[in-house]
Amino acid sequence: MKALVAIKRVVDYNIQVRVKADGSDVDIEGVKMGVNPFDENAIEEAIRLKEKGIVSEIVAVTIGSAANQDILRHALAMGADRAMLVETQETLHSLGVAKVLKAVVEREQPTLILLGKQAIDDDAGQTGQMLAALLKLPQATYASQITIEGSQATVVREIDGGTETLAISLPAVITADLRLNEPRYVKLPNLMMARKKPLENVPLDSLNVSLTHNVQQLNVATPPARPAGVMVKDVNELLSKLRTHEGIIA
Amino acid sequence: MRTLIIAEHDGQHLNEQVARAVTAAQQWQQPVDILVAAAQPDTLAAQAAAIQGVSNVLVASDAALQHPTAEHLAEIIVPLAANYTVVLAAHSAFSKNVLPRVAALLDVNMISDVLQIVSANTYVRGIYAGNVLATVQSSDSKQVLTVRGSKFAAAAKDGAAAEIKSVATPAAPAGSRWVTEAFNKSKRPPLAAAKVVVSGGRALGSAEAFAEVLAPLADKLHAAIGASRAAVDAGYAPNDLQVGQTGVVVAPELYIAVGISGAIQHAYGMKDSKVVVAINQDPEAQIFKIADYGLVADLFEAVPQLTAAL
Repeated sequence: MKALVAIKRVVDYNIQVRVKADGSDVDIEGVKMGVNPFDENAIEEAIRLKEKGIVSEIVAVTIGSAANQDILRHALAMGADRAMLVETQETLHSLGVAKVLKAVVEREQPTLILLGKQAIDDDAGQTGQMLAALLKLPQATYASQITIEGSQATVVREIDGGTETLAISLPAVITADLRLNEPRYVKLPNLMMARKKPLENVPLDSLNVSLTHNVQQLNVATPPARPAGVMVKDVNELLSKLRTHEGIIA
Repeated sequence: MRTLIIAEHDGQHLNEQVARAVTAAQQWQQPVDILVAAAQPDTLAAQAAAIQGVSNVLVASDAALQHPTAEHLAEIIVPLAANYTVVLAAHSAFSKNVLPRVAALLDVNMISDVLQIVSANTYVRGIYAGNVLATVQSSDSKQVLTVRGSKFAAAAKDGAAAEIKSVATPAAPAGSRWVTEAFNKSKRPPLAAAKVVVSGGRALGSAEAFAEVLAPLADKLHAAIGASRAAVDAGYAPNDLQVGQTGVVVAPELYIAVGISGAIQHAYGMKDSKVVVAINQDPEAQIFKIADYGLVADLFEAVPQLTAAL
């Protein structure tokens, strides 16, 4: 079966982003970028399913400017077979991304559609569910374990307080949680080989997707910092400080 | 027009966040209804009807709703949405699974984890692990959103009697079937709702240390136990205890961070706590920057001392 993995280029998770002086947006000029961590789990899972002989072909896709080719090369170096950049300069929110991915799915006809559960830049966590809705396919979000037998996937999902197991029929959309797997490191020879793998540029216009831009970001701000605390010298001083707060400890 | 709240519940009790969502819903100054979708909805509907500020409780009843799927809930909610301009729920693993599906079927955007409702279509929400607050506006005809429960007070549950009405309940769609669930059994309060949270980090070093060092302190304080991602990844604590950007967001009266370095992803999940205590051996640990009281100490000595002194 064919697996489609949708990935996003985001600011590296170790970097604390700053707000532009005019508050119009965050300043990510020259900041280190990479594959969204949850999307890397999605790529890794597709590769493991291919290694088990369940998946036969892995297509990685992203949406954005030509700069996004670097994360597609990363996916190819990890083990994806080919990549597709839906090229646009437009800023898309989750619904727009899901509509574009729907067009890609209709073109590629994958049996398994994998995404990360959330992007660590906008923290929306919507795209997988929206894509499943638009395609009228089953969804399994926050997957920590995926087992595929025939045309059915059994997915263990992380929910509040524990886990839930769903059986869904394929094709389906599954979103990856961090504990699904540990993504492999990419070695230099893999990166060299990845250059020979096909990377297709598809202009967004050619997909004939009707997009609206109904969500506007008006401004961004840095949240107020917690007021500076105090250091205490021992447990007794800590307790006496805590007792100054009404009712917080007995 | 009206506002619809999607109620989360465990089959017997409404989630306490529902009453917080009701407070958030009052911002639109229009009637607020609650949808209770359950296999045996009577008790749940009565609980919802008792929340002050609720006009109608809509009841969807079907045996399959014992363990509802997002697909089934979306089929129930989407036709109802014709009568509503706002559909919202408290942000949780439940709602963030269901509402994006609903929004897409309605062909509208969704706003996740809203911290503040500025106006009828303008919201403040965190991006970049809460390091940045973004004000966003949606010009969609329907507003679909989840709200951060801890940012809204719970509406009173003083016996105000909303009207309870049955609604059409389409059958569960084929293609998705619930198999089983595994909840980590605990006598402690649920993490998201606890008044006190004691959290452990990688410095605990083992699952045994969670049980032997942290648990007695949590017992004394009637606290929930939390963990940093590093501690969860190392296998010291189950993943549903993870506090942070991709785990649970908590805002207790007292948060005690033990052996936690305080990475931004962790801070995201606890920085709205009223009082933060950090115990860490490393005086340079980031956690001290957001703690009200910091103690540089060996946790294996300080925590038992604290437990004994309580």
